[in-house]
Amino acid sequence: MFSIFDIPSQALFGQLLIGLINGSFYALLSLGLAVIFGMLNIINFTHGAQYMMGAFVAYLLLQLAGLNYWAALVVTPIAVGVTGVVIERLFLQRLYQLDHLYGLLLTFGLALIIQGVFRNYYGSSGLPYQVPPLLQGGRNLGFMFLPNYRAWVIVFSAVVCLGTWFVIERTRLGAYLRAATENPTLVRAFGINVPRMITLTYGFGVGLAALAGVMAAPIYNVSPLMGQDIIIVVFAVVVIGGMGSIMGAIVTGFALGVIEGLTKVFFPEASNTVIFVIMAIVLLIRPAGLFGRSA
Amino acid sequence: MNDAPAAPLLAVDGLQAWYGESHILHGVTFEVLSGEVVTLLGRNGAGKTTTLKSIMGIVGQRRGSVRFAGAELIGRTSDQIARAGIAFCPEERGIFSSLNVEENLLLPPQVRPGGLDLERIFALFPNLKERLSSQGTKLSGGEQQMLAIGRILRTGARLLLLDEPTEGLAPVIIQQIGHTIRTLKGQGFTILLVEQNFRFAATVADRYYIMEHGRVVERFANSELNANVGKLHEYLGV
Repeated sequence: MFSIFDIPSQALFGQLLIGLINGSFYALLSLGLAVIFGMLNIINFTHGAQYMMGAFVAYLLLQLAGLNYWAALVVTPIAVGVTGVVIERLFLQRLYQLDHLYGLLLTFGLALIIQGVFRNYYGSSGLPYQVPPLLQGGRNLGFMFLPNYRAWVIVFSAVVCLGTWFVIERTRLGAYLRAATENPTLVRAFGINVPRMITLTYGFGVGLAALAGVMAAPIYNVSPLMGQDIIIVVFAVVVIGGMGSIMGAIVTGFALGVIEGLTKVFFPEASNTVIFVIMAIVLLIRPAGLFGRSA
Repeated sequence: MNDAPAAPLLAVDGLQAWYGESHILHGVTFEVLSGEVVTLLGRNGAGKTTTLKSIMGIVGQRRGSVRFAGAELIGRTSDQIARAGIAFCPEERGIFSSLNVEENLLLPPQVRPGGLDLERIFALFPNLKERLSSQGTKLSGGEQQMLAIGRILRTGARLLLLDEPTEGLAPVIIQQIGHTIRTLKGQGFTILLVEQNFRFAATVADRYYIMEHGRVVERFANSELNANVGKLHEYLGV
C-alpha cells in the first residue's frame, strides 16, 4: 500500500476502476446515440429506457425462462432491438423531414411511457441480478482488488465499441452508412435500400443500449429508473464528444468516466457536476464538440 | 442506326414533375435508343436536371410515363430504378467527404453483370488510381468528376444519366470527358447527357432535344446541327 498526494492507492485505483466501469456504460450508450443521430437525425431520448429494458429482459429471461447471463447477452439486444425496429417503422420514419425537436419530444414521451409501465409492474426499488458464476470473485493485483465481473465489463465494452467503430469506418457496410448519413438521396439512387438501412441502424443502436443494460444488471440493481439516471450524463458525454462522431463518443465516454472517478478522490463535492462543467466549457470553446465536425 | 425501328431503351412520355408546390415539368416527351448518346440542351431552369431526377425517381411528385426497356418506372422508388439498370451522375457530383476515393468508387452496388472492372475504369481515368486513399472531396474538380463517372461504370447499368459533366472544368479535362463518353458509347453504353455547352455536346451526341419551360420544344440529329445553329442560339441565348 502506498499513497499519492496523501491519497491511499486503494482509494485512488478503486475510484479509477469505478470511473472505468461508468465510462464503459457511457461509451456504449453514447456510441448508440451517435450512430442513431448520424443516420436518423434524431436525438434518441428513449435510449435510457431501452438500456433499462435490456436489464429487465435479462432479469425476466432468468426468472421466467431460466436463461442465464450469457444467453441474455445474445438474446436481449436482439429482442430489444426488434422493439426499436417497430418504433422506427411506426413513429420515427414520419419525423425525418421535421425539426429535431419533434424527434426529441416523441422519444422523450416514449421513454416516460416505457418507464411508467415498468414502474407500474415492478416498483422502483430495484431487483437483484447475480453476477454469473464464471465471473464471481476477483483477483488481487497488489495495489488493488479487481473483481472479475468488472474487468469483464471494461474489456467487453471496449471490444464492442471498437468493433462497432471498425464496422462503420473500415467496411463496405460502414461506407454505405457514412455515405447515407451525408446524402441519403444519392445513395438510394445507386440502388441501396436506404429506408431499410435506417430502420436497421436504429435497431442496432437500441440493441447496443440493451446490451449495456444486460451488462449493468449485475452491477447496479435492475430498476425502472436506472436509465433515467444515467442518460442525462450520457447526453452530456455526447455533447462533449460531438454528435455523430463514432470515435469521439467512445473516447469521450471512457475519459469522462475516469475524470468523474478521479474527481471523487480529489474533490468529492464536485464529482456529480464535473461532467456538466466540462460540457459547459466545451460548448463555449468548441460548440461542435471535441470530435465533432462543425456544420 | 438512329433510324432503326427498334423499341427505345428509354421512352419518356408526357412526364410532369413537381418540387413541393412548384410545377417544373409540363409534359416532357422524348426517347433514347439503345447505344445512343442523346443530349438535353436548354437554358438554366428549363427542366433538364429535373428531367434526369424524375427518371431516377428523386423528385417530389411525378406523373406521366417513363419506360425503361419496356418497364414502367413511374411509381417505383429510386433504389428500384437503379436496380433496373440506370445510373445517375448528379450535377454537384455527389462525392462523399467521409469516404476515401476507393470507397467512393466501390460504393454503388453492382445491379447487373457486365459493368467495367476497376482496371478498365483506371484505364479511362488514370488519375484515380494514384489517389485511392485520398479523401473524396480533396480531389480537384476534374478528378471528382472522373470519380463520379467512374463509380457508376462498375454497376452494370446500361443507361447512364450524366448531368452537366463538363461544368466548371478546364478545357483539357473537358476533352478527356468527351473522349470517355465516346469510349463508353463504343462499349455499348447508352447515355443521356444534360449540357449547357452545345459545343461540347456536338463532339459526343447523336441527337439533341431542346427544352424550354419544362417541355421539349425541338429535336434534331447531330448531322442537322449546322442547319440549326441559329435556332440553338435563340433557345440557349448564347
